[in-house]
Amino acid sequence: MSNKTLPTWIDVGVIPLINVCLAFLVSGFVILLIGESPLEAVQYMITGAFGYAEGIGYTLYYSTNFIFTGLAVAVAFHAGLFNIGGEGQAYIGGLGVGLMCMSLDSFMPWWALIPFAIAAGAAFGAAWAFIPAYLQAYRGSHVVITTIMFNFIASALMVYLLVNVLIEPGTMSPQSRVIADAAILPSMKDVFAVFGVNIANSPLNIALFLALICCVLVWLLLWHTRLGYAIRMIGFNEQAAVYSGINTRRTIVITMCISGALAAMVGINEVMGAQGRVLLDYVAGAGFTGIAVSLMGRNHPVGIIIASLLFGALYQGGAELSFEVPSITRDLVVVIQGLVILFCGALSLMIKPTIEKLFMKFFAAKESANV
Amino acid sequence: MSDFMLIAISTLDATIRVSTPLILCAMAGLFSERSGIVDIGLEGKMLAGAFAAAAMAAVTGSAWMGLGAAIGVSICMALLHGFACITHKGNQVVSGLAINILASGLTVTLGIAWFHQGGQTPLLSGDARFFSIDLPGALAVADVPVLGAIYTQLISGHNALVYIAFVTVPVTWWLVYQTRFGLRLRAVGENPQAVDTAGISVFWLRYRAVICAGILCGIAGAYLSIAQNASFIREMSAGKGYIALAALIFGKWRPKTALLACLLFGFLEALTVRLEGVPLPLIGEVPAQLMQATPYILTVVLLAGFIGKAIAPKAIGIPYSKER
Repeated sequence: MSNKTLPTWIDVGVIPLINVCLAFLVSGFVILLIGESPLEAVQYMITGAFGYAEGIGYTLYYSTNFIFTGLAVAVAFHAGLFNIGGEGQAYIGGLGVGLMCMSLDSFMPWWALIPFAIAAGAAFGAAWAFIPAYLQAYRGSHVVITTIMFNFIASALMVYLLVNVLIEPGTMSPQSRVIADAAILPSMKDVFAVFGVNIANSPLNIALFLALICCVLVWLLLWHTRLGYAIRMIGFNEQAAVYSGINTRRTIVITMCISGALAAMVGINEVMGAQGRVLLDYVAGAGFTGIAVSLMGRNHPVGIIIASLLFGALYQGGAELSFEVPSITRDLVVVIQGLVILFCGALSLMIKPTIEKLFMKFFAAKESANV
Repeated sequence: MSDFMLIAISTLDATIRVSTPLILCAMAGLFSERSGIVDIGLEGKMLAGAFAAAAMAAVTGSAWMGLGAAIGVSICMALLHGFACITHKGNQVVSGLAINILASGLTVTLGIAWFHQGGQTPLLSGDARFFSIDLPGALAVADVPVLGAIYTQLISGHNALVYIAFVTVPVTWWLVYQTRFGLRLRAVGENPQAVDTAGISVFWLRYRAVICAGILCGIAGAYLSIAQNASFIREMSAGKGYIALAALIFGKWRPKTALLACLLFGFLEALTVRLEGVPLPLIGEVPAQLMQATPYILTVVLLAGFIGKAIAPKAIGIPYSKER
């Protein structure tokens, strides 16, 4: 490759920012195309997401899910694996959380139950990721294709279970019974009420703290442990990892299991928190949004938190926007998400040569002046 | 005619109707993947094509204009994929995913803005749709036992796009295995350096491959919205693009076997509808969800190397850069 290297701040700061701006610019054109004003839309979105307490609550609640799925994608990415299966892993993980909560909710309150729920969810999510991982590592089938297939299998399995097994007797809609009140995670409103602060009601619950803890743990894992080193080495150069004595197959399986377990934590936020029950399709695309979040956040926990906040705001702001402007629906957020994946993922290298040229021009001029 | 015969023919008839978009998309994927470009964007291109077809047919009242619009839009999506993966060497899976998500959002957003029907397009009738065609002599032979019924009810009486889909398979085979373009296409998916050394443009070959994929996905989309159904409905591709991808892999990236895989998966879907709530001897009632998941399970099992071995084109997923 060329010896032109950009300083880190341009590589991880400026370039992703320009890519996101490009994605938003094209989104603006889409809004123009359907005959609305992009500026007005942005205004509605920002007030919807941050303008009042309830909106902020919803924004953070959505962000919580995206942090989990974003971390899941990122951990796999560091090992060079593309986990498209976050959606299925989160879905099955939620089943684990739900089953554990439903079997223990009459015996213990939420604070005693949460370690069991996390363990069950993580185990289910990891198990759902284990099969594609094993097949990739030991049987040579590509993890992208198998995780796509596993998303569909998970969806079929959950429909079957909800319609035939978990359905609350005497009801028609395919959802499980509600978990006992004492076993449901306290909402942020309750937490703040303990300190005498009154905040607006929203589905935001203490799973947000779990998400932040997960960020720290992932950061520690990837950059401060032996396993993390092995993961990053495989992603960087698998051959080199083999020669340096890393058991790449085992590491790939472990990485995917961690990834699946992280995705499954969506189940804590949704099943044990916001919804209080297992219901159809409760993941609602968070697994795919995780891919956008991870790409935008450059697979780093800090970046993922920022990107999750942005996407949480987009989801909440999008809901508000569709309320204010009838010709726009929340599907616009899906468009923006697609564009972010396009520009931050697939076209991430597009503007790099231009930036490099500009940078060289600017700094070469400076250096020659020094000489 | 016996009851069994009737049921068999109607199930097979349904199989053909369900398999049509799968066949078109699988052939689309074949062009792209044999040239070394992973195409998980089949779903998105088909969905965008379906919307374009229904929208154009609703405005102009012509099914053929709809088909043209579907192909046009689908080619644009394919070129976007090519621009990201071939020109800018982006990640092909990420790009395909972006196209799928983009299509799923854009079709509904534009549909609501243009037609104000919650993302649907207006119901089409008359010339705005492809209607079934009676093949010559279908009525004359209808009374011939067995063969007559098969000809009249199974082979005759589909719309033009169904026949186009089935013609696509031998055409794809001929293009990929019997022409110079096909030889180069296969070569560029296995060893692009060699093709480049021979003085043939890797980029242009791959662009042509993704354009072929775009055309076929567009036809598949038009089939969904203006032939099989009478309007565009949100998310109407419903994972068919992924099933087609699975069929392509299950068919080991070859036209004939991919066709058989599409028919198998289509048959499973047709059977799911027929077996809904019907207990089978010995095994009892089969859950519909199990039948729906079967194509995916079969593909995973195949990929794991338990039934034969599916070997992907060697250079698949790797962007080609000239200077190394």
